[in-house]
Amino acid sequence: MRHLVVLAATLMLGATASAGEVRAPASFLSPDLRALQDDPSRHPGWLWVDGGEALWREAPRSGRPSCEGCHGPIDGMRGVAARYPAVASDGALLNLEARIERCRTDNQQAPAFGYESEALLSLTAAIALRSRGLPVAVETEGAAAQHLAAGKRFYETRQGQLNLSCGQCHDENVGRRLRGDVISSGVGTGFPAYRLEWNTLGSLHRRLRACSLGVRATQLPYGAYDYVALELYLAARARGLPVESPGIRR
Amino acid sequence: MASASIPARITMPAEARRGEIIEIRVLARHAMDRAIDAPGLTPVPRKIIHTLRVTYDGAEILHMDLSPGIAANPYVAFTTVATTTGELVFEWLEDGGAVYERRQMLTVT
Repeated sequence: MRHLVVLAATLMLGATASAGEVRAPASFLSPDLRALQDDPSRHPGWLWVDGGEALWREAPRSGRPSCEGCHGPIDGMRGVAARYPAVASDGALLNLEARIERCRTDNQQAPAFGYESEALLSLTAAIALRSRGLPVAVETEGAAAQHLAAGKRFYETRQGQLNLSCGQCHDENVGRRLRGDVISSGVGTGFPAYRLEWNTLGSLHRRLRACSLGVRATQLPYGAYDYVALELYLAARARGLPVESPGIRR
Repeated sequence: MASASIPARITMPAEARRGEIIEIRVLARHAMDRAIDAPGLTPVPRKIIHTLRVTYDGAEILHMDLSPGIAANPYVAFTTVATTTGELVFEWLEDGGAVYERRQMLTVT
């Protein structure tokens, strides 16, 4: 019976994951980095989490309520990050960053933080932390289906001067080494993550831009639709894996 | 010199028994900018936390020199013996003279 459940789960996953098993990013980390990721007393990402929690309670200058004023304590955001990217009521596909920015400009009537700003990273990290350990559970049916297809198309398209698609590394060569690192399954469950190469916290889109640069393709701007659609496809690949944000990455 | 605040996380017990060895973990947010000075580059002066000083009930228990080779957001862990109820004062000394300070109470039973 148990085998049947596993088989059924594998088949369901097979609908989105094209080849092989998608493993949690933490499983590609060294034991030391995994321990660091799980230790708030050493993990530098918590410096941003602290900042984000302060921002959550801080009312904007516009006189509108703070995040807490509407949503209550930030612990109520449990599970939210695991459901993003998601389609908004107007049909736009929003990731967590875009959702926060929209709330900020529309409801708080305050100027947007700006993608990759310290404030937006901090708030995103603090909210994503509330989903830590919960399984990724993005909606891929209905209105999300067309965006998922767009993300899948982007994932499978050969890009750049090196003429590589995402899957040529992240499906076909998972677990093998590329320069100093191990090639992971390429899911974004740990973002925003503290990347040692950056010495700072960064968004998934910053990481995707590094991937684009790596294959010598055009680096799309932060928040570009192709990246958000890809983010949805990656989340669909990661469905059931635990959220690791804020992660530690090499 | 007046002390500013710094985003930092200090992990230590609030209480300890007399004679107990306690571990103190200090993580601070700082870019630790190394000096940049090479042909073709815009020179940037060095701006790092050069010293971390910790006093416990007025006595210095840690004095650490930090070098430009240390990565951003320096993390330091050390131990001390709980002797008396008192305040630990953490001071980060930055290039240019700025001093950042955080305080934490330790109650000894």
